[in-house]
Amino acid sequence: MSVVQDLPAPGGPRALRARLRTLSSRHRSWSIVIGMAIVGAVLPVLAMVPPFSSFQTQGAWVDGFTNAGVFVLLALGLNLVVGVAGLLDLGYAAFFAIGAYAYAYAASPFGNQILGIDLTGLLGDSRGVIFWPMLIVAALVAAMFGVLLGAPTLRLRGDYLAIVTLGFGEIVPIVFLNSDALTNGTNGIGGVFRPALPGIGTFSAIDPWPYYFTMLGLITIVMIFCYRVVGSRIGRAWEAIREDELAAAANGINTVTTKLLAFALGASTAGIAGAFNAAKLTVVSPDQFGFVVSFTVLAMVVLGGMGNFWGVAVGAFVIYTINNVLLKTLNQFFDALVPTLGGIPIIGEVVRLLATIDFIGLQFLLYGIALVAMMLLRPEGLFPNSRRQRELHAVVDLPGEDEMTLPEVTEEGGR
Amino acid sequence: MTAPAATAEAPPARSLPGPSSQVLVQFGIVAVALVAAFLILGVEQFVNALTLGAIYALVAIGYTMVYGIIELINFAHGDVFMVGTFVSLSFLTSLGFSGAVTDPALLIVLLVAVFLFTSIVMGLVGVLIERSAYRPLRNAPRLAPLITAIGVSFILQNVVQIFYGPFQTNSPQIFPTDAFVEIGSAKIPVLSIFIVSVAVGLMIGLQLFIGRTRLGRAMRSTALDRDAAALMGVNINRTIAITFFIGSALAGAAGVVYGLQYGVTRFDLGFQAGLKAFTAAVLGGIGNTVGAALGGFIIGFIEVSAVAFGYGRWGPAVVFGVLVIVLVFRPAGLLGQQVGERA
Repeated sequence: MSVVQDLPAPGGPRALRARLRTLSSRHRSWSIVIGMAIVGAVLPVLAMVPPFSSFQTQGAWVDGFTNAGVFVLLALGLNLVVGVAGLLDLGYAAFFAIGAYAYAYAASPFGNQILGIDLTGLLGDSRGVIFWPMLIVAALVAAMFGVLLGAPTLRLRGDYLAIVTLGFGEIVPIVFLNSDALTNGTNGIGGVFRPALPGIGTFSAIDPWPYYFTMLGLITIVMIFCYRVVGSRIGRAWEAIREDELAAAANGINTVTTKLLAFALGASTAGIAGAFNAAKLTVVSPDQFGFVVSFTVLAMVVLGGMGNFWGVAVGAFVIYTINNVLLKTLNQFFDALVPTLGGIPIIGEVVRLLATIDFIGLQFLLYGIALVAMMLLRPEGLFPNSRRQRELHAVVDLPGEDEMTLPEVTEEGGR
Repeated sequence: MTAPAATAEAPPARSLPGPSSQVLVQFGIVAVALVAAFLILGVEQFVNALTLGAIYALVAIGYTMVYGIIELINFAHGDVFMVGTFVSLSFLTSLGFSGAVTDPALLIVLLVAVFLFTSIVMGLVGVLIERSAYRPLRNAPRLAPLITAIGVSFILQNVVQIFYGPFQTNSPQIFPTDAFVEIGSAKIPVLSIFIVSVAVGLMIGLQLFIGRTRLGRAMRSTALDRDAAALMGVNINRTIAITFFIGSALAGAAGVVYGLQYGVTRFDLGFQAGLKAFTAAVLGGIGNTVGAALGGFIIGFIEVSAVAFGYGRWGPAVVFGVLVIVLVFRPAGLLGQQVGERA
């Protein structure tokens, strides 16, 4: 573990990278805006180029990117909780649900009837503008529930928290499912208003672009927020708690309020994602928010690289796209091969076997294998947080059960 | 339930307790709880609750043993139970049984065979899981094995789903479900009596094993202080593997029992059942096997009461509500001791 090797050589691409890195860390927010603008511009172009254009139309791709963006938001929020503060939240979908229902109450005929307001009467066709303030309200409501859940449970030992959040993630859909009078039960709340902007009007169901740009804006804002908060005193406190809670407390960090804040901020991001998702799908129902969502987002965070926001965002995006485009296409691909290759002796057998496999049905098996493999082989994730990577690989050789050697102390951070 | 001998050699452990002087208090709590439940529910629901509770208790013991020895919430344990239901189902159907077996001798042989087979298979599965997914991460950050545990859970669910499909599968109820013992006006199914006695028998056996045998002592000492136990010559890897074997074998037995009682199973059974069993383990005091058994029965009673009073749909919510309340007010559980976060 020599650190000296990592010093950039004078000149060459390494120096350029180093300069870019200092520049981007000095102007973090602008570099995020520029980065997101580049990503936002490149993705639709990429969708028109083969091989991607052969999968689906550009419109479908853009719509898919937007849906992936919902998971990027969720992953960014969960990353604050799991990756930065080290609190394993297994019921994250609950906050997603709360955000979605919060928006649905404000912006649907059913919800308005329950709240006793008449948005359509008040605002007419521009009723969708409620979407923008409701993003903030949904974030606040979700954060409030985050505090409500966190306040009693964050005092507990870390792994109890995992199980309580898991329970909470189960309870919330059950409550939405069973409170028929308030939530319309299984059918959920339909007819949720689409967002509207003065000048553009209500977003159309068939035009994916307004949603796409809205999503880009939301991710940019959340990303900037995440970087700023993690770079602040609070962020350092979270990392301290993640590494050693006792030591953090001994150094004057109020662990309970600091952890609560992580919980609340993570929940609020999920609330925003929920409101957006509700406005895009125009329906919320309890089955959208099962454990599967929590698990998927956790897999995205772990595979992307806990603690690194760009890594997590890329992880979420890639996993979502693989699930919803690649696996579907694999099914069609092998189905299409059967008539042509099915006659050949051995290859035909293999192709026919592959054609019978439902790759979409296997996605959770693949997640499971990926999670285990990742933890065993590369625990820092695909795009790791640099500090975490150093920490995970500077493993001090702990005495094994059969060999009792003295631990070799590795010096971190140079001589 | 706990053997009252050899107190001197077992200091009060925060995990896997050996014999202790708390036995009387524990019996008292159990007795009061049983009488209360009996009065509230009436005989038939009481028996239902005991049966369901026995299943949760068997699964909860696995959680609590593993947590006691390596401080890991084994999320995959509920799915080990689920796989157990399928192993027992496959064993019975492959022998050609689909309904009740009326010949008593054959029934006994068959029951012994299915319990042994399922328990051993599931025990080996548990050891395999520990060996491949948890042991390499024993010195890793705490989040790492938790995440692999979730991964293993999904792997088990999906493998079963591939083989048996996403729908309910019928499990042969070889034990006659129409045999009753009549006490006054109440009819008590013989099956329920059988299940509860099997469960209680296994639990007593486990207590004797932990409290009286060399291996049990190795388990207790490993739970108490792994390094010190290793220095005293305890083979840590083997002891942990045995803990997984026993815990998973009990979950397998619970799977057999579940199949006999309910006659159906499904690939996602383990998720909710595992959550409830874990709640039971926490309720009783995690790391405490007697507590886990007690917690299992309590959860069974809570769930059956919810159904009996017409709130069946809210059953899971009530159970998790109980979990949150217990964790807030008595995080060490009913029979556990207060412990701080391990530094």
